[in-house]
Amino acid sequence: MRYSGLSILRNALSGQKHWAPAWREPAPKPQYDVIIIGGGGHGLATAWYLARNHGITNVAVLERSYLGAGNSGRNTTIVRSNYHIAGNEPFYAHSLKLWEGLEQDLNYNVMMSQRGVLNLCHSDGQFDFYARRGNAMRLHGEDAVLIDREAVRGFAPYLNFRDERFPIRGGLLQPRGGTARHDAVVWGYARAADSRGVDLIQNCEVTGFRIENGRVRGVETTRGYIGAGKVGMAVAGRTSEVARMAGLRLPIESQVLQAFVTEGLKPLLPSVITYGMGHFYISQSDKGGLVFGGDIDFYNSYAARGNLPMVEHVMEAGMAMMPMIGRARVLRSWGGIADMTMDGSPIIDRTPVEGLFLDGGWCYGGFKATPASGWAFAHLLATGESHETARAFRLDRFATGHVLDEEGTGAQPNRH
Amino acid sequence: MRIPCPLCGERDLREFTPWGDAALMHRPGFDAGPEAAHAYLHLRENPAGPHRELSYHELGCAAWLVVTRNTLTHEVMGAALAGEGAEGGA
Repeated sequence: MRYSGLSILRNALSGQKHWAPAWREPAPKPQYDVIIIGGGGHGLATAWYLARNHGITNVAVLERSYLGAGNSGRNTTIVRSNYHIAGNEPFYAHSLKLWEGLEQDLNYNVMMSQRGVLNLCHSDGQFDFYARRGNAMRLHGEDAVLIDREAVRGFAPYLNFRDERFPIRGGLLQPRGGTARHDAVVWGYARAADSRGVDLIQNCEVTGFRIENGRVRGVETTRGYIGAGKVGMAVAGRTSEVARMAGLRLPIESQVLQAFVTEGLKPLLPSVITYGMGHFYISQSDKGGLVFGGDIDFYNSYAARGNLPMVEHVMEAGMAMMPMIGRARVLRSWGGIADMTMDGSPIIDRTPVEGLFLDGGWCYGGFKATPASGWAFAHLLATGESHETARAFRLDRFATGHVLDEEGTGAQPNRH
Repeated sequence: MRIPCPLCGERDLREFTPWGDAALMHRPGFDAGPEAAHAYLHLRENPAGPHRELSYHELGCAAWLVVTRNTLTHEVMGAALAGEGAEGGA
């Protein structure tokens, strides 16, 4: 069923009893052209673009839990394209353009809100770097506005303008950035992919790969063996564990990133705001809650929950940037597992196993990448060639030295 | 999370700086070749379960430790001084 104003009206008048399920619940077939492991945003987007862009619909998405149960349901929903190195920025620029047309493409309201993303800076050096990053963004066709202290004050007067140690020097604003509703993104891609015949198979955990003569033939799952011409992994957070079943060692460490939300408040934040003297970012959800987070916990973890020292650190950074936040009550916190790569950038590439492809290493920035990741991964699965926006995301770049180290921190995954 | 430092006793997580997989203790020599350097620098153990990690007791005794910790539960299973019987991973 196509959603429209008319369908909403018709169902409102008939007691909302006649909505069809948004997708089928098929049993797995014995063989598919393509199997995608991971029913999160990236896996579902890959399935959709395989069908939409390449006409490949004999596809299954295997999810060990329910759709969107992993990091798609654990992020802070921020969409932006404010990168500065050449291998990254075109990819995120493509992603933001896809975000802008996503609702029409999927016929689904993902609540994309281009309320802007403001990065604060606190010194002349940082201000100069933001000018450089803003120029890099504009050279790639993206929008960036460098604003001074008084413009920041007009934008968000309640920020801490009295901090002598870390004064607000200005900021880099990307007006086209913003937030989207994370679950709706998953559901929109799922419904769209299903409508083209993709099988979305939930509660189906991959337990092994069948590999013959260096080529993948299919996957063993909790619902039996399923054959496939090609297999794609889109399981960020668990990539090392899944890839290990295929005998791969990857340049990834799993780390926990915590996030927090307060009680609902009246409209307060004009955009996403990030603090430049500590890792802290905050936005306000459409429900009114302040959604914020900070650094990863710095140690390897698959626990999907963090420890109290980082909770305290994030709260301190929030108080330093925006003292009034101290009056809001935190409703809940949670943790997501981030694939931290050794250079802080993702991987979309083939693997040494023929027919097995990898989309992972999204660090803590996978949500904004969802459309472009699906687009590029579908291109790679369908054609065997990297998409032009994702050519730098090679698996072998660590061995060859062509790393994409946006932060310049070296092979220290907990510092990216 | 509290870590039992062999020198200081049980101490708060905040005193320690984690460095990741304990195999970082075994840096290959300059003649080992680029493959070995790549493996050492980038391809670390990342298990879901018990994990041996190199940790620096920065705000304590400044000792380097190998902490064994379950990454699924955060249970700390032990800590030993690096180099004194606590060999790094493969």
